[in-house]
Amino acid sequence: MSEEKKTLDVEAVRGRLKDARGRDYWRSLDELAETAEFQDLLEREFPRQAIGWSEDENPVEGRRNFLKLMAASLALGGLAACTRQPTEHIAPYVRQPEDLTPGRPLFYATASTLNGIASGILAESHEGRPTKIEGNPEHPATLGACDAFSQAGVLQLYDPDRMQALTYRGEIQSWGSFMAALREVLGSQKANNGFGLRILTETVTSPSMADQLSRIQKLYPAMKWIQWEPAGAHSGREGSMMAFAQPVNTYYDLRPAKVVVSLDSDFLASGPASLRYARQFAAGRRVRGTETAMNRLYVVEPMLTPTGSKADHRLPLRAAEVEIFAGALMAAVGSGQGPTAGDNAELFSWIGPVARDLLLNKGACVVFPGEHQSPAVHAMAHVMNAALGNVGKTVFYTDPLEAKPVNQLADLQQLAADLNAGQVGVLLILGGNPVFNGPVELALADSIAKAKTSIHLSLYDNETSAVCDWRLPEAHFLESWGDARAFDGTVTPQQPLIEPLYGGRSQAETLQLFTESPSTSGRDILKNYWAAQHPGADFEAWWRRSLHDGLIAGSALPPKTPAIHGENIKVNAQAPRLGGKLEVIFRPDPTIYDGRFANNGWLQELPKPLTKLTWDNAAILGPATATRLGVASGDMLQLTYQGRSLRAPVWIQPGHADAAVTLHLGYGRTRAGRAGTGMGFNPYGLRTAKALWHDVGLDAKKIAGKYEFASTMSGGMIDWRFEDTKRHIIHKGDIEDYRKNPASVHEGAEVTPKGLTLYPEWKYPGHSWGMGIDLTSCTGCNACIVACQAENNIAVVGKDQVRRGRDMHWLRVDNYYQGDATNPEVSNQPLPCMHCENAPCELVCPVQATNHSSEGLNDMVYNRCVGTRYCQNNCPYKVRKFNFYLYSDYETPSLQLLHNPDVTVRSRGVMEKCTYCVQRINAAKIDAEKADRPLKDGDIQTACQASCPTEAIIFGDLNDKNSRVSKMREDRLNYELLGELNTRPRTTYLAHLRNPNPEMEG
Amino acid sequence: MADERQVIEREQSQEIIAPGYTFGTITDQISAVVLTKHTPLFWMACFGVGIGLLMLLLWSIALLMTEGVGIWGIRAPVMWGFAITNFVWWIGIGHAGTLISAILLLLNQKWRNSINRFAEAMTLFAVACAGMFPLLHLGRPWLFYWLFPYPNSTGVQPQFRSPLVWDVFAVSTYATVSALFWYVGLMPDLATLRDRSQNPVARVIYGVMAMGWRGSARHWSVYETASLLLAGLATPLVLSVHTVVSFDFTIAIVPGWHSTFFPPYFVAGAIYSGFAMVLALAIPLRAVYGLQGLITDKHLENAAKVMLATGLIVGYAYVLETFTAWYSGDVFEGAAFWNRMTGPYSVNYWSLIAFNVVLPQGLWFKRIRTNPVTLFIWSIFVLIGMWLERYVIIVSSLAQDYLNSSWGEFHATRWDWATYLGTIGLFLFLFFLFIRLLPMISIFEVRTLLPQAKVEEEARR
Repeated sequence: MSEEKKTLDVEAVRGRLKDARGRDYWRSLDELAETAEFQDLLEREFPRQAIGWSEDENPVEGRRNFLKLMAASLALGGLAACTRQPTEHIAPYVRQPEDLTPGRPLFYATASTLNGIASGILAESHEGRPTKIEGNPEHPATLGACDAFSQAGVLQLYDPDRMQALTYRGEIQSWGSFMAALREVLGSQKANNGFGLRILTETVTSPSMADQLSRIQKLYPAMKWIQWEPAGAHSGREGSMMAFAQPVNTYYDLRPAKVVVSLDSDFLASGPASLRYARQFAAGRRVRGTETAMNRLYVVEPMLTPTGSKADHRLPLRAAEVEIFAGALMAAVGSGQGPTAGDNAELFSWIGPVARDLLLNKGACVVFPGEHQSPAVHAMAHVMNAALGNVGKTVFYTDPLEAKPVNQLADLQQLAADLNAGQVGVLLILGGNPVFNGPVELALADSIAKAKTSIHLSLYDNETSAVCDWRLPEAHFLESWGDARAFDGTVTPQQPLIEPLYGGRSQAETLQLFTESPSTSGRDILKNYWAAQHPGADFEAWWRRSLHDGLIAGSALPPKTPAIHGENIKVNAQAPRLGGKLEVIFRPDPTIYDGRFANNGWLQELPKPLTKLTWDNAAILGPATATRLGVASGDMLQLTYQGRSLRAPVWIQPGHADAAVTLHLGYGRTRAGRAGTGMGFNPYGLRTAKALWHDVGLDAKKIAGKYEFASTMSGGMIDWRFEDTKRHIIHKGDIEDYRKNPASVHEGAEVTPKGLTLYPEWKYPGHSWGMGIDLTSCTGCNACIVACQAENNIAVVGKDQVRRGRDMHWLRVDNYYQGDATNPEVSNQPLPCMHCENAPCELVCPVQATNHSSEGLNDMVYNRCVGTRYCQNNCPYKVRKFNFYLYSDYETPSLQLLHNPDVTVRSRGVMEKCTYCVQRINAAKIDAEKADRPLKDGDIQTACQASCPTEAIIFGDLNDKNSRVSKMREDRLNYELLGELNTRPRTTYLAHLRNPNPEMEG
Repeated sequence: MADERQVIEREQSQEIIAPGYTFGTITDQISAVVLTKHTPLFWMACFGVGIGLLMLLLWSIALLMTEGVGIWGIRAPVMWGFAITNFVWWIGIGHAGTLISAILLLLNQKWRNSINRFAEAMTLFAVACAGMFPLLHLGRPWLFYWLFPYPNSTGVQPQFRSPLVWDVFAVSTYATVSALFWYVGLMPDLATLRDRSQNPVARVIYGVMAMGWRGSARHWSVYETASLLLAGLATPLVLSVHTVVSFDFTIAIVPGWHSTFFPPYFVAGAIYSGFAMVLALAIPLRAVYGLQGLITDKHLENAAKVMLATGLIVGYAYVLETFTAWYSGDVFEGAAFWNRMTGPYSVNYWSLIAFNVVLPQGLWFKRIRTNPVTLFIWSIFVLIGMWLERYVIIVSSLAQDYLNSSWGEFHATRWDWATYLGTIGLFLFLFFLFIRLLPMISIFEVRTLLPQAKVEEEARR
C-alpha cells in the first residue's frame, strides 16, 4: 500500500473524522472530498481497494483493503446519500406485534424470480430481519426445496454494494426531483402519443405488472415495451412457434416417467421447475428394500451438468450435434426402428436402443429439450412427446407464462435501431443489465447514450446504470410487493419482509409513476389488481389466504393440447462442418447465472457443480481437445469468434464434448461491486444475436500466461478426482446386479466388526441423531451448501483464500469420476460432518474443545478452541474448517442483520464444522417439551435436508426404529464412508445405483 | 547404540586434548574469549546476522498476532506446515546436547568435557526456538495456558488423551532440566570469571550468578552429586521427549503418521541432527578462537561416528516404514508412501534420502571424518536432510490422505520462511551472546582431562 502514491489513507481519514461532531463532521467530510486522494478514489471506476478482493495479492493486504474499502464506502455513503441513518432505539415492545415472540422466527410466504418465473419460498424473519430462505412446501415449483439462487437472495438484500441513492448524472437527487423531471419528459411524450417512449424490462410474467404496462400503453399508444432476458427461454418460445404455430408453455410430470431422454437439458438443476422435476425424478429411482424399480435417464449434452451426472447413459455431443441426434431419434421413434449407421457411429449406435426404450414406455417417458438448444430441438421434442403419447401424461402444455411472448431478440434489435436513429425520448430500463448482457454487436452502451432521457431502475449501479442519466435504486424482492407466475402459471404473490433498506422502489412502483396515479403504493397496485380479478365480499379473506399460502389457488394455467404443424420444423440433417475450428457454447453460469448474482459472495464462492470452480469462469473443454491444443488447465487461450476475441484460462472437464468450448456467461463484470467486479472474463464479448447459445467457428490459440483457479476440489488436479477404486469411497452398482445380489454394491469394502473394543458401548438413552444420504438421489445441485451457509453464518473468504484451500463451507459435494476421461461416470457425494462415534478429532484436541454430546453429536465448543488444528489433521473426512483469519464480517452494518441469531459467529483462530444444525434440534426439542409430546420423525430438518430437492439427505433419531433415517440405515444399500477405520460415523450413505439399458451394455 | 560405545571406548585410551596444556593455560584460553575487550569480526558478523533474523522473527510474530495463522501457507488438508516441522527439528537438535552432557557423563566418556558446555547451551537455545512454535502455531496463541492443568473456575481441564498435552509436559520438563543442568555445570566457571574479570560490573554479575561458589571441597562434593542426579534425570528425557513428540504423529490415524516405530526412529533422528548441529557449531568456533587444542579432530571424529551410527538407524527406519506400508496391504498407507515418493513432494523426499542416507555413507571414510571442512559440509547436509524429513512426514502425509476429494498441496509463504529463519536468528543471537558472555567450554571439566589431573587419579587408584 505504502508504495502506491495518492491512495486514500483511510486510517488518517478515520482519525480526522473520529473527533468531528455535527457540522464539523460534515465539513470534515467535504474537505475530505476535495483531497486529491479522494478524488482519485471517485475517479477510478474501481477503487484501488477493490483489487485485493480480486487480484492475486497478498491476502493480508487484501483483507486489510477490504476493511478499508468498507470504511471508505461508509464515509462515501455518509457524504453522498444524505439519508438519515436509521436511529437505533432499544425499547421493549409496549404493544407486542401480533404473532411475534422475540427470539422466535416468523416465516412469510413470498416469491423469488429468475427470468421472471416464480419460485415459491418461505422467508424466515427474526424480529423483522429476513435471515434465511426456505422452499414453500405448498408451492408446486418448490415443494419445500429451495435452489441456491433464491437462498442467496438474503445476502443480496443486505449487500452493502447495492445502489443506495437516486442519482442524476452522478448527482444525488431525491425521488421528488426525479418525479418532477419525469413529469416534464412524459408531458412531451404525451404530445406525440409516446412515440419516443420505450420501456425495457426483463421477462414479465407478473399479471399485475402486465396490467400496469397495458395501462401505460393506453396512455401512450405509440410506446414500445421491450423485454430482454439474456438467458431466457428464447429457444423454447421459437420451438413452440415452429411446432404449434403459437407460443406455449411446456411443463412435465416425471412421476409416471420410466424413461427420460434429455437433449442437452439440465432439468434437474436449472430451469424454473427444476426443484420439482428433481424431486419427482429422484422418487422414480429410489430403491429401498424390495422396492427396486428405477427410471432410466439418457443424457446427450456437450458440457457435463448435474443432470448428466445422474445419467444412466450419457453421450457427450457438441451442441449442434444434439440437433442431429434429435432428428435421428425423431425418425426412429416415428418408424420404431433406429438407423444403425451414419457418419458418427457412436451417435447412431444410441438411436435404436433409446428409441426402442421410449417406445416400450409410451406415455411413461419424456423427451426433454434443452433450454438453450435450438428451436428445432424443441420442436422435435414436441413431436416425439406427441408421438409417444406423453402429452397429458408426462408432458403438459399451457398458454405462455409471459405476459407478452414475443421474440425478445428482434425487439431488442429494433430498440437499438430506434435508439441509434435518435427516435427515443425516454428510455426506462427496469432492472436487468442489457449493456453488459445484450448481444455484443448491438453495442447497447452507445445506443442507450443516444436516448434523450434514460432511466435505469436497478439493485446495483451496474454497467447499464453507468450509461443512464437517472439511476434509481430498486427495492429487493424481500422489500417489495409483486407477483409472478410459476412454471405452470401458478400466480405467486410477493410480499415484503422489511422496509427498503436504501429507499428503493420496486419495479411496479416505478412503472406506476408512468400512469395517471403515480402515487399508488406497491401494495395497493397489487391488491387493486387482484381485487379486480377476484371481486366479491370474500376478497379480503381470499387475499390474506393467498398471501399466507404463497400462491393464488387455482391460478395455474389450464393444460391444453395444441396441434402440431410438423411442416414448419426445419431440421439440419448434417451438423455444420467444423473446418478445423471449434464450436463455442454459451451457457448461463451455474452459480452467478447471467451475471446478475455476480456480487453475491455466497454464489461466487459456491463451488460450481462438477468443475468446483469458484469466483471464476473458464474456457471449458474436453481432454482430447486440450491435448490437440496443447493446453493444460490454467493455460491461457486466445478465443476468436467472428472477428472478436478474448483471452480465457482453460479448464479441462472430463466428459466435455470434443472440439467444443463451453463459456459460462456472467463473469467479466466491470461494475458489479466488490465481489463481482473483475472476476473472470466476459463471454458476452463474443455473443452475437446470430448465435446466442452455440455456433461453430471459434478459433482457439494458446497464448502465454498461466491462471490459478480457485477450485475447491483437489486443488484443481483433475487426475486426483478420479476415484481410486481401491479406496471404496463410492459404493456403487447397477440395479440388475443389485437385484441379483444386494451385497454386490459393497464388494471389496471392508467394515470393522463391532465389539472390537474392550470399553463398553456408550449408551444413548434419549436421542441418538443420525443422517443418511442417498447417493443415487444427489444431483450435486448445491442447494444444500447455500442453505448451510445461510443457516450457520458461514463466512465468505474470497478467491485468494479459496485458492489456498481455506473455503469455509461446512458441507461440500464431492464428485468422483470413474472410467474414461472423455465420458466418465460421475458420483456426487455430499459430505457434512460424519459425527463419528469414535471420533478421531475428539481424541486429539488438547483442550476438550470438541466433545461428544449425550445425543451422539460431535460438538464443537468455539469458546474453548485454541486452534491447534490437530482435529482437522486427524479427521479422515476433512470436514472441519478453520478460521485462518477473521473471516466473519463484524464490521459491515448491513451484513450484521444477515446473521442467524441462533448460531455463533465464529472469530479468528477457531475451528468450526457441521453441527447437524444443533440449533434446530434444540428448538424442536423445546417445542416438543412445551407441548408435552415426544419428538416426531421429521420435526427436525437440518438446513441441508430442508433445501434438498431430491430428498437425498435424511436426518433423524436412530433410537426411533421407525424413523426414516433408521430405516435407511437398515437398508442393504447403506454403508459407512471409510468404514474400515472404525470411526463409526453417524452420517452414512446409500450406495449409488444406476439403471443402464441392458441393450447398450458392453 | 552398541557401535557407538565401542567407538567411544577405543577413544579413551588416548589423550583427548592436545599436548602442552596446563591448568593455567586452559583457564586462560577459555576465559579469554569472554574477558577480552577484543570482539572478533566473525562474532560480530554472526551476531549481526542473528539480530537481523531475530528482528525478522519479531516482525513475523507481530504480523502473526495481528492477522492470524493465515499468513502461513497452511491450508486444508495440510493444517500443520512449517511450524510443527520446525518444532520437531529444533527439539531434535537439542537432543545431542543432552546426550553429550548427561548420557556421556553417566557413561564416563571424558572426551565430552570439551564440548558439553556449548552443546548444552545449544540444547537450551534449540528448545527455546522449538518451544515457540507450538505457541505461535495456535489459532489463538494468547490462550496457550489452556493446555496446562491449572486450577480454574470453569472446571475444564486439558484433555489428557491428546499427545499435544503430553508434549506440553515433555517439552517443559525437558527445558527445565536442561536449563538446570546447564546452569549448575556453569557455576564453577562463573566463579572463575568472577575472579578473573577486571570489569566491576561484570564481576558483580558473574558473582551473583556464581551463587557464592568458592571451590571448597564441600562445594565440589555437592556439585558432583547434583550433576550426577541431574544427569540421571536428563538421561530418560533424551529418549522420552522425542518419543512423545513422535506420538503427535503416531496417535493420529493419518496414513504415513500412524506407525509404531516412530519413537526410536525419531530419537535416532534427533541425535543425528543434534550431532550435526554440534559439528556445524564447533568446527567454525574452534577455528576462529583457536581452540583446536581443546576441541580436537578426535572430538569431531567421534561426533561423526555418532552421526554415522544414528544415520544408519534413520536409514533403516526409512526402509522399514516403506516396507511396512507395502507389506501391510493397507491401501491408504501404501498410497501415502507411493505419493510421498512420486507425488508433489517427491523432490523433497528424494533429497532427504540423499542428504540423510546416501551422503552420510561418506563418513565411513576417515578422510572425510577427520577433515573439518568436509565434516562441516556434511553436517549441514544432515541438518537440511533432517528438516526435510520432518517436512515430508508432516506435509506429504497430510496433503494426500484418505479422500482424494480433499487433497491439496501446501506451499510455504514468505512468512513461513521468515518465521523459520527468524528462529535461526534467535538461535544465533542467543548462542553468540553465550559465546561472548560465558565460557563456551567447561574450564574445570577440561582441566580434568589433563595428564596432570590424572596423576592424582592414578595415585589414588
